[in-house]
Amino acid sequence: MAAEIGHLSLWLALAAALCLAVFPLIGVYRNIPAWQCYARPLAWLQWLAMTVALLALGYCFYSNDFSVTYVAHHSNSALPLGYRLAAIWGGHEGSLLLWGWMLSGWAAMVGLLSRQVPLALVVRVLSVMGMVAVGFLCFMLFTSNPFARDLPWFPMEGADLNPLLQDPGLIVHPPMLYMGYVGFSVAFAFAVAGLLKGDLDPAWARWARPWTTVAWCFLTVGIALGSWWAYYELGWGGWWFWDPVENASLMPWLAGTALIHSLAVTEKRNLFRAWTVFLAIITFSLSLLGTFLVRSGVLTSVHAFANDPRRGLFILIFLCVVAGGAFTLFALRGSALRGNSGFKALSRESLLLGNNLVLLTAAAVVLMGTLFPLVGEALDMKVSIRSPYFNTFFVPLAVLLVLLLVPGVFSNWKRQDGKPLLRRIGVLLPTAAVVGVLLSRMPGDIPWIGSVAIVLAVYLVLAHLDDVIRRALSYQLGLRQGLTRLGRSYWGMVFAHCGLALVIAGVTLVSFHQQERDLRMAPGDTASVGGYQFRFETLDSYRGPNYDAVRGHFAVSRDGQPQAVMTPEKRTYRASRQVMTEAAIDPGLLRDLYVALGEPLDNSEQGAWAVRIYYKPGVRWLWLGALVMAFGGALALSDRRYRQVFRRRQS
Amino acid sequence: MKTRSLWVFLPLALFMALAILLASGLGHDPHKLPSAMVGKPVPAFSLPSLLDEKHYTNALLKGRWQLLNVWATWCPTCHLEHPYLMSLAARGVPVIGVDYKDDPDSARDYLANRGNPYRQVVMDSDGQLGLDLGVYGAPETFLINPRGHIVLRHAGNLDERVWKEKILPKVPAGTWRMP
Repeated sequence: MAAEIGHLSLWLALAAALCLAVFPLIGVYRNIPAWQCYARPLAWLQWLAMTVALLALGYCFYSNDFSVTYVAHHSNSALPLGYRLAAIWGGHEGSLLLWGWMLSGWAAMVGLLSRQVPLALVVRVLSVMGMVAVGFLCFMLFTSNPFARDLPWFPMEGADLNPLLQDPGLIVHPPMLYMGYVGFSVAFAFAVAGLLKGDLDPAWARWARPWTTVAWCFLTVGIALGSWWAYYELGWGGWWFWDPVENASLMPWLAGTALIHSLAVTEKRNLFRAWTVFLAIITFSLSLLGTFLVRSGVLTSVHAFANDPRRGLFILIFLCVVAGGAFTLFALRGSALRGNSGFKALSRESLLLGNNLVLLTAAAVVLMGTLFPLVGEALDMKVSIRSPYFNTFFVPLAVLLVLLLVPGVFSNWKRQDGKPLLRRIGVLLPTAAVVGVLLSRMPGDIPWIGSVAIVLAVYLVLAHLDDVIRRALSYQLGLRQGLTRLGRSYWGMVFAHCGLALVIAGVTLVSFHQQERDLRMAPGDTASVGGYQFRFETLDSYRGPNYDAVRGHFAVSRDGQPQAVMTPEKRTYRASRQVMTEAAIDPGLLRDLYVALGEPLDNSEQGAWAVRIYYKPGVRWLWLGALVMAFGGALALSDRRYRQVFRRRQS
Repeated sequence: MKTRSLWVFLPLALFMALAILLASGLGHDPHKLPSAMVGKPVPAFSLPSLLDEKHYTNALLKGRWQLLNVWATWCPTCHLEHPYLMSLAARGVPVIGVDYKDDPDSARDYLANRGNPYRQVVMDSDGQLGLDLGVYGAPETFLINPRGHIVLRHAGNLDERVWKEKILPKVPAGTWRMP
């Protein structure tokens, strides 16, 4: 019954989305106020219907209704309840439902929090989001219905959720990521609405900006969670694989980062309007492209969902309609947006534009790297793109990014004198160079490029420290008073940029100083990695809820001092007979220790195993840096002007 | 309005090029063979054996119908596939292994512990043969005819269904002592 209710709700949501896409927009063009007023209730109705559908699917999982194909494929009665519910988005159909639900949720929120925005703009925005929702709902209903049943012969037991996904990380990672992807649809809708209106005033950017920042924060956290999950769950200690699906999330992030900076310029200076609109379109298009790549079977990836060319064709058409339509609109209306360039060659605007180009280049590099196998196939060439390709581009781009970033923070809008800027940087950069080189040599020898990266990270932090102090002092109230005067959006920027410094430092440390050893170890053996002694004490086995596990016990010590007991596992999941490596990780701010069981090397009870041991300095900084960035974004969102809007609404 | 400049059309043009590229990729299923390799001889190689001290060349792949299986100890699906390869070997199907980008010691341990389904295994340590074969990732299995030409390629896990539906129909009946 629940499945039928869910299915029906999807159709209801489609109806609501169709109405939302058509009638309020006609209302705007024909000037029928009553039709315009339907936009918000329709958005809410759509959200309600999608919520019912999501709950219905959740109930199917809760009640182990294996007559529903999707449930039978992704669950099992022995699966713990938490994972059973997380399995809602563990496969293609359900994750689409989650995506659609979020899209409707964003639309509902836009309807709720836009009382200050002129109705005509809200209506256009909601209509555009309705159009996107129509596409997604059709995709779901016609090619990937999560509520389809296998009747009359349905399995008595489910096939179980992919063991890789049976992990707390899965519960939060996809929703965060999707919140980000889908959130960019708001920026996209604002851009298209602005193009439809044919005029983008600064107010447009003011309204679009917080939504974009929220989406960006979610995407940042989502990517960090994904990387963290891959690190501890896939069992080979990597944190980024340049896998097509990871790339699919990185591209919108890079474009979205450019977008939030460009929106700032558009809001504050009413410049770069066409560029901002272009970025908004491209960011959401890249989100959609990511969906296409994952689900069409065009590229192989560890994340790839069921490959079905029919689905691929549908998403491609959808992508063409959405992105192609938006770009066509941009081509027709975009030239009207060209403003006069009211800024000098050296100014915050120009430096931000420079960084925008760097970020977009990075996104293009990732896009090329991801699609190159496809190009190769079309040209009948065999190519394999690996991390060296990405590294050769990303290292210089990151250097350029930081070199443009700092003067951008220091500079004034409109025009900046070269001399004071040069004087500030002339003090900071050498200081950072000395400190950075010394710091980078501390854990051991490092190639010069590693030193450069550490210098840049130090430079970033020092520059922001310097800027915070200068700005605080400029109030002439003393340092402490001055610090309290600084706005939260300014603090947000400082935190986000320092988060970037942390990420750079973390990547450098873990890339150049990590140690890894593949060993043959039997209980009683000791190995030494990164200054730590790992003693393989015993091996035992136990029975989990839906798996059987072999577990090793490792006592870790350093200079005779016990540090940790680590228990890596090898699990065999009963339903699928899949074997999973559960690495043991001893986390630390400065270093992670990582032990994974490979293969048993002989069959006796206490026999030798292939054991992988990693010493990973600074690997936590990667995710910490991303969290700091997202925290910066959240801080910017809590800035006074947004709180005021909120308060005004409540009163 | 000012004269319309052409730069605004650039994104649309680029997007259209991208869409055409994506559409070209749609037809093929990445798990299927890029037809380029079918009907061609196995690329020339001379690689050391995992099992003995000798080097082997493509001559190894001539003279009878056999399978070429690309595998590695780091590849989870290979572990999954291994019992099926053992059963094929037991049925008398000759399988040549390519140990792809692997550590020889762990590979030898792996075969010693789990059984060796291969008549011979060559070590493709730097992945050159894999690249020449157009391997997407282990495991992949190639059906080779007596002239040493590739008849069929299967990417991913080899199991009874693939065997019955894809591989057996390409092989003359009675080639191997089977069912």
